[in-house]
Amino acid sequence: MSEIKKIKNLKEFSTSADRFEGANLLCPGCAHSIIVREVLNATNDDLILAASTGCLEVCTAVYPYTSWDASWIHIGFENGSSAVAGAEAMYKALKNKGRLKQPDRTPKFVAFGGDGATYDIGFQWISGCFERGHNMMYVCLDNEVYANTGGQRSSSTPIGSSTTTAPAGRVSYGEKMMKKDMMAIMAAHGAPYVAQVAPNKWKDMVAKIQKGFAAEGPVYINAMSACTTEWKFAPEDTIAISDLAVDSLVFPLYEIINGEKLNITYRPKNIIPVRDYLGAQGRFKHLFTKQYEYLIDEWQKNVDKKWDYLQRREEASV
Amino acid sequence: MADTMELRDIEVWDGNMAASQALRQVQVDVVAAYPITPSTPIVENYGNFTANGYVDGEFVMTESEHGAMSCCIGAAAAGGRVATATSSQGFALMVETLYSASGMRLPIVLNVVNRAIGAPLNVNGDHSDMYMGRDSGWIQLDAYCPQNAYDLNFIAFKVSEDHDVRLPAMVHQDGFMTSHTAQGVATLPDDVAYNFVGEYKPMNDMLDLDHPVTHGVQTEEDWHFEHKARQQHALMTAVIPKIEAAFDEFEKLTGRRYNLVEAYNMEDAEVAVVCMGTSVETAREVAEEMRAQHGIKAGVVGIRVFRPWPLEQIAAALKDVKAIGALDRSSPHGTVGALFNEISGSLFNTDTKAVLTNYIYGLGGRDLTKAHLVSIFTDLKANADAGKPTTPLQQYIGLRGPKLSFF
Repeated sequence: MSEIKKIKNLKEFSTSADRFEGANLLCPGCAHSIIVREVLNATNDDLILAASTGCLEVCTAVYPYTSWDASWIHIGFENGSSAVAGAEAMYKALKNKGRLKQPDRTPKFVAFGGDGATYDIGFQWISGCFERGHNMMYVCLDNEVYANTGGQRSSSTPIGSSTTTAPAGRVSYGEKMMKKDMMAIMAAHGAPYVAQVAPNKWKDMVAKIQKGFAAEGPVYINAMSACTTEWKFAPEDTIAISDLAVDSLVFPLYEIINGEKLNITYRPKNIIPVRDYLGAQGRFKHLFTKQYEYLIDEWQKNVDKKWDYLQRREEASV
Repeated sequence: MADTMELRDIEVWDGNMAASQALRQVQVDVVAAYPITPSTPIVENYGNFTANGYVDGEFVMTESEHGAMSCCIGAAAAGGRVATATSSQGFALMVETLYSASGMRLPIVLNVVNRAIGAPLNVNGDHSDMYMGRDSGWIQLDAYCPQNAYDLNFIAFKVSEDHDVRLPAMVHQDGFMTSHTAQGVATLPDDVAYNFVGEYKPMNDMLDLDHPVTHGVQTEEDWHFEHKARQQHALMTAVIPKIEAAFDEFEKLTGRRYNLVEAYNMEDAEVAVVCMGTSVETAREVAEEMRAQHGIKAGVVGIRVFRPWPLEQIAAALKDVKAIGALDRSSPHGTVGALFNEISGSLFNTDTKAVLTNYIYGLGGRDLTKAHLVSIFTDLKANADAGKPTTPLQQYIGLRGPKLSFF
């Protein structure tokens, strides 16, 4: 086991040597880069990284440039998990055969994918990797939409959101389906550690990433990634929107250990109405009309219900 | 440390066992695989070797063929020897990642036990999957029997992993006809087999922690063309000499001779068939009989290296005959067979006067009998004598019901 990195304060954390360079093509205000830096800076260990096709991938490895100062691989949209699992298998093989070039170092294996690559097209591959128990961390950059291709719905898109393939219109309020519960699904794999994080709550997030790195086996991190372009808010408001998301409990922060013990890791001092979170984003603008307003109440009920469920599980220690 | 397996000089192996034994002997670091008929026994045999201490690499049983090749790519990029096996529908599921593997210049050996592609679903051998792979940027070697399936694996690893090549390689064998047909296979002792291929020498390996590397970048109209051109350059210039050198070295080691194009009775041949897989051996036997019983100077050209296509060698082997039959074991779906096309392209700028016709045969594992070949050679002789096609350009052979032909 390598030593867990000690992080005193945000200033020290934000000025750590970067293995993910600021030189990238992500939108100004994109939460992806904040999340990636928080994951990478949570450890001093070597990193072997993968990314599925998506915003992060197309914005950070455009030949002849790379934003990555750690080994990194991209194959396709659906198989970032398997790419890093293959590398991890090779690490084990070469370790067993005594052929590692730096045998005294223990790299961490991390795959990044958007919600399209995670909830939808790459789901089977992730499930396979988790069932096989590869020693890896999978981080979903969850912006609830196919942002890279211009805002199509995914199975992470929440109800009532307007997307290009589920647009709001005269007779439709946009997305009809509830967001898929990936946290529950990944926990059901019996993964040693599953956690939902938000980059604005950086201490909570880093603690979870470090717990994940300390765990043996596959770890799933669902990271809320507020998307200035598709959620339609000003680029400078990323953290403010993220605060609304966690303080309204739309994105509750919690962890599930070994698939059997749930802990809530952040309880807002003042819980904000869901209406305030929805109202701050253009993707929900149409809900603030007479025709579709009832959905805002439904949203609030759903969030309350989920929060109640999480609390009951925590109390029961299951 | 993996245990050594004591082998007899000649073992009775089917093609699947021959391939599994080769994978074991070259001490593959990561095998990531998913079972599919008829290549399943390759994976099962390898699992058995692993369970009994004969393998000290990782054996990853994935959730699909796409996942298998994805893991292989990650493992190869990490820096070690990688192999897998598949067939048919599984091959089709892998196709996206086959292009990734070759485009990322990663040496991986894929044993393809050839099988038809549905619909209708069919588990038997034809060359549909092999043909599907022909634009994927992989080296494709073709075995005609279990001995070939064993030997060509060593060639595949040696060439694929060469730093001048760094391209993945397929070893093809015919489903059931080779994969499940036990024959005598001359073996190599474990150490001799391993030493022929040699130790894996990593390049741009992700696990070299002091030298981080980015694999699988984005390129658009500014660089994509140059990358594909470099890939083609390596496939076209580096591979053939390396395969020939490996064939020479292998002959010195074993006495078994392989060639890019396996020409049989072609020195004075008047008519020739061109084919792949198990059909080559049947055609050779019939060619002998055509000479002995019918006085027809018949020859056979077997394709040993399907990609890169040995254009000059094919042209040299065929340009002096009077009639050629190109035998395609895959539905051409709307055109002439792939071999017919390739041979036409190879001969077009030569001074050949050969008449070239096309036979579609053996789809979904339908037998190619000696009688079929006799009739093909007889057609070819008529074409040779007439100096023009006396039959339709494309004929279906061994099909029930009314005769089917096109062009």
